[in-house]
Order: sequence, then C-alpha cells, then structure tokens
Amino acid sequence: MPSKKLNLRKRYELLTRGMGWETTHQKMDDVFPYDTFEGIKITDWDKWEDPFRLTMDAYWKFQAEKERKLYAVIDSFAQNNGQTNLADASYLSAIKLFITGVTPIEYAAHRGFAHLGRHFRGDGARIACQMQAIDELRHQQTQVHTISHYNKHFDGLHDPFHQFDRVWYLSVPKAFSEDALSAGPFEFITSISFAFEYVLTNLLFVPFMSGAAYNGDMATVTFGFSAQSDESRHMTLGLEIIKFMLEQHEDNLPIVQRWMDKHFWRAYRLLALVATMQDYMLTNSPMSWKEAWDVYFVENGGALFEDLSRYGLRMPKYHELATAEADHISHQVWSVFCSLGNATGFHTFLPTEEKMAWLSEKYPDTFDKYYRPRFEYWAKQQAEGTFEFQKGLPQLCQVCQVPMVFTEVQTDPMQISYRVTEHGGDKYHFCSDGCKDIFEYEPEKYVQAWLPVHQIYQGNCGGATIPEVLEWYKFSPDDTGDYIGSRDHARWQEWKGTDAMVKQA
Amino acid sequence: MAVIAKDGYIDLVRDRVENFHGNQLVYVGWDDHLLFSAAQAFPLPPEMPFQALVSDVMPSVFNYHPDFRKIDWSTVQWVVDGVKFEPDMGKSLKDNGVGHKSLIRFKTPGLNGINGTRL
Ligand SMILES: [Fe+2]
Ligand SMILES: [Fe+2]
Ligand SMILES: [Zn+2]
Repeated sequence: MPSKKLNLRKRYELLTRGMGWETTHQKMDDVFPYDTFEGIKITDWDKWEDPFRLTMDAYWKFQAEKERKLYAVIDSFAQNNGQTNLADASYLSAIKLFITGVTPIEYAAHRGFAHLGRHFRGDGARIACQMQAIDELRHQQTQVHTISHYNKHFDGLHDPFHQFDRVWYLSVPKAFSEDALSAGPFEFITSISFAFEYVLTNLLFVPFMSGAAYNGDMATVTFGFSAQSDESRHMTLGLEIIKFMLEQHEDNLPIVQRWMDKHFWRAYRLLALVATMQDYMLTNSPMSWKEAWDVYFVENGGALFEDLSRYGLRMPKYHELATAEADHISHQVWSVFCSLGNATGFHTFLPTEEKMAWLSEKYPDTFDKYYRPRFEYWAKQQAEGTFEFQKGLPQLCQVCQVPMVFTEVQTDPMQISYRVTEHGGDKYHFCSDGCKDIFEYEPEKYVQAWLPVHQIYQGNCGGATIPEVLEWYKFSPDDTGDYIGSRDHARWQEWKGTDAMVKQA
Repeated sequence: MAVIAKDGYIDLVRDRVENFHGNQLVYVGWDDHLLFSAAQAFPLPPEMPFQALVSDVMPSVFNYHPDFRKIDWSTVQWVVDGVKFEPDMGKSLKDNGVGHKSLIRFKTPGLNGINGTRL
C-alpha cells in the first residue's frame, strides 16, 4: 500500500494546479468571460511559474503566527498608553491621512484580487490572487485594529471608509483604485502588483514604517512589519505577471508598455500625498521624499527596467519629469493643504523653524528659493492674526484629481502646469502631459470622473456652504483646522505639561 | 479613442453643463500669485457680465492678497483658454467667449506677488 503521506511537491501540485480543469459542459470562454477583452494573448497558462510555492494550509499557518504576534503588541501598546510616547500629537495627521487614504486602498485591492482569483483562466494565477485577496483584507483589518487605539484619544479617525467615498482629497486614492478595479484583470494586476507594489511600494512603506519608528509609533511599525512579508510575495507576483505576459505573445508588449506608462504616472501622482506626509507631517522625518525617490526609483527602478529591457520594455514615459518634480511636490501639496486646512480631516500646521532648516538642507535648490517664503508669510500672518484659509475651491485634474498645483518644474517652477483637451464639445483640464495622455487614450472612461469640486457645485454633497459639505463628510469642527489650539493639541499639553507648549510655540 | 471594456461604457458625461443648475463652471487663475496654489473654480451664470466677475466674484477669493486692491484693471492682461483676449466688461461671459469649463488666466503687470516672489 502506498504511503498516505504525500511529499511536499506532490501536495503542492494537487492543492494548486490539481484544483483546475478544462470545462466541458460550458465553454471555457463563458466560464472565464473577463480575461480576453483587453487583447492580452495567452497561449499556454501552464507556463505560469507560481511566484510563491505556498499551499493554502501552509499559508494559514504562517499568517496565524503573524497575527498572534501583532495582536500581542497591539494589546501591550494599549495597556501601556503607547500614544503618550509619540514624538508629538501633530504626528497623528500622518496617521489620519493613512487610515482614510491608504487603508481603503488595501480594501479595494482585496476586492480586485478576489475578482481575479475567480476569473483568471490559469489555476496557478488564480491561487496566487486568492492568497493576495486574503492578504489585502488582512492589511485593511490590522490597520483598522491598530489605529483604533488612537481613535480613543484623538480626533479625525472615526469614519475612514465613509470619508474615502466623499472627501475632496481622498478622491485621489479612490479614483486611483477604481481606475484599476474597473479595468480588465490583466490591467488591474499590472497597475496594482507591478506599477504600485513592485516599482513604487518601497516609497510608501519604508518611509512610513521608519517614519513611525522615528516618531515613537510602535503600533504602526508592528503592522507595517506584519504586512511586509506579504508585500514581498506581492512584488514577486507583480514581476511574474509582467514576464508571463511578455513571454506569452509578442503582441502583448505594446499593451503592457502602455499600461506601464499609465499606471506608473497614476501611482506616482497618488504618491504626492505620501511625499507630503514624509516631508511635512512627520515630526521627525527619517529621509526626505527626494532621497527616497533617488534610492527607490532612480537607482532600484532603473536597475529593474534595465533587466526588463530584454523583453523590449522601456522605462515608463515621463519618469524624467517625476524625478525633476521630486524637488517640488511635497512643498506644493502641503501648501494647498495648509491653505485649505479648514476642510481637511487632519490638522495642518506650518513647518517649525527646525523643520524649515531640515527642508533647506534636504532641498538646497528649491526650498529657500520657492517655498520658504510662503510658509514664512503665513507664519507672520498667523502671528498677526490676519491668516485666513482660502475661500474658493481649487481646479482639479480630470485624471489624478489632485488640485492643479503642480508647476512647470523643468522651465519655470512658479508657473502652474496647465493642460487641456476637448472631447464631445467639452473641455477637460489636466495637471500634466501624463494625465492628459491617459484621458486621451480612453476619454469615455474619464469623462465619468467624480470630481469633488464639481460635485459640490452640482449640489450633490450636502449643501452649498463649507459647513454643510463638511458635515456630509462627517468631519466635526474638532477634526479640521490648525493643530495649534485644536483638541488634540490641548490633550497633548495636558499629558506632557508645558514642555510641549514651549516646543510648539 | 479606445474603449477597453467588456460591454462598453454607459453614456455618462458627469460634468455636462446641464448638471450645474443654470450655471457654467469657470476657472480663474492669477499668474505670478502662487499664494493661491491653484486656479479657482466658480459656478457662474453664462449671462453674468464680465464686469461682475471682476468686481463681485474674483474679490471673494483673491482679496486676501495685498496685491489685489492695487490692481489697475486697465493694464491687466487676460488669457482665455490659451488665447490672449480683451474682455468687453459690459458683455456677458458667454458673449465674451467664456464657456463651460473655460480657464481664465490674468496677469497684473508690475504686481508680482509678495515682495516680488511671485507668491
Ligand atoms: Fe496590502
Ligand atoms: Fe499588497
Ligand atoms: Zn493629474
């Protein structure tokens, strides 16, 4: 009698490839209706190399172990009032932007991979996507659980998912996710697994996690670590799918290249929020956005694309512009947040003298010349009591939905970059050639964009006044406005005594 | 150009002018005044005289800037949708060629922001 115990290899085969079959009662095209309309040609799904040789039972075991460790840390953080060890309560603005802007992307990724886990024809790819779908759900959940501790003590953390669907600046990550979710499966996975997770994820997670560590936020560090081993699996999947498509058929190359160009730009524009978090919202920043960009994109990304050039793939379009913009975007986006701080769900604050000295050092070519003057002017106004939040609503880019604050950094950094096109008799405005190209390739998709400013003027956001719109967002007056004088600030002073007051003043 | 969707798209243009209750959207950007980090969006009746845009609408936002009250309106340079233009102050936005989602940019010679910093 043969042994009942199977060897690992056999088990792996049975638990992955053995789960699929060629259907006979129904046509394969009817069972898998989504994986052909994008024009990607797959001649042999069996050539798919499983990027991580993991069976479901082994997966459960690993994940359960990580969960146990994470929740032990979260519990002890809560019991020891970990929130009092933060560098400053203004640091929480970064966490507020994270839970409202990034955590819902994790959930969107979960939905997308769950769809792919059903609809890819190849069983190997399906299993990989099913595991990632569970990972992403876990990321969303552990972030909510971890950050819920801060929700007991600070404002602005109470309704991230409601806000993700409504708030003016959260339409940036929402539109990014929904662009990918509403595409076909191959484009979705190129966007999320390759452009976002493989090429750009280090720009989000490394600074965010080391930023958390630099600011005494051990809770965030822990969920970051817990997610990171999943993330490296996700990156392998991203690279595998790109290679697989390019090896399967030569007709796939131009399609993959176009997706690469598009989703690089899309994800990069989203990261403008991360750049801002990193340079301005963290009390202590471990590295500047520009330093991170140089290491993780220019060096590492450059090497990656050199490796992929054997498949005919080149660097994404407009990457040179992104590198030139690295000197500018965090300052530009923080400026718009500070001028509209009465309508943000986190507290804004002007950079301190200490922070400005750091910014001058990290951005020797741009900070003093272009950006310091506006923060100093606002600081002077605040001291004199004449500072006002901006009264109007900004023009938005039709594709990335970021307010049109980006400038012509290669020719004139004080000139806003305006781009426009016409479609069906209407005008559409863009922040860049990258966003304009995306629109012009698929205008029928992007004419449907839900632009928050336009929605307010159409009367779909709770009313015509700022308080009505903020109520519709479920922002309370305690969530918005300057950090100095906020309830968070008052509570922090209570905990820390007058030291904190002196430091902030 | 391309529609890459399994069953096509429904015909939905979310920002068609009909959705703005009689108004049209107009964007106004003040060159060399980046204290306003972006052009401003306003919903305005197409029949509104250009003069009303200048004296009633624009001050609501731009007044905040110390340069605003120093503007000599006879020297202002206007660009509408990328083309240099002389507004007829008595005529409506529409008759001045300002349409739905037009971008109006204006430059104020001699006034180049806080201490000449283009802010
Ligand atoms: Fe994730
Ligand atoms: Fe992931
Ligand atoms: Zn854009």
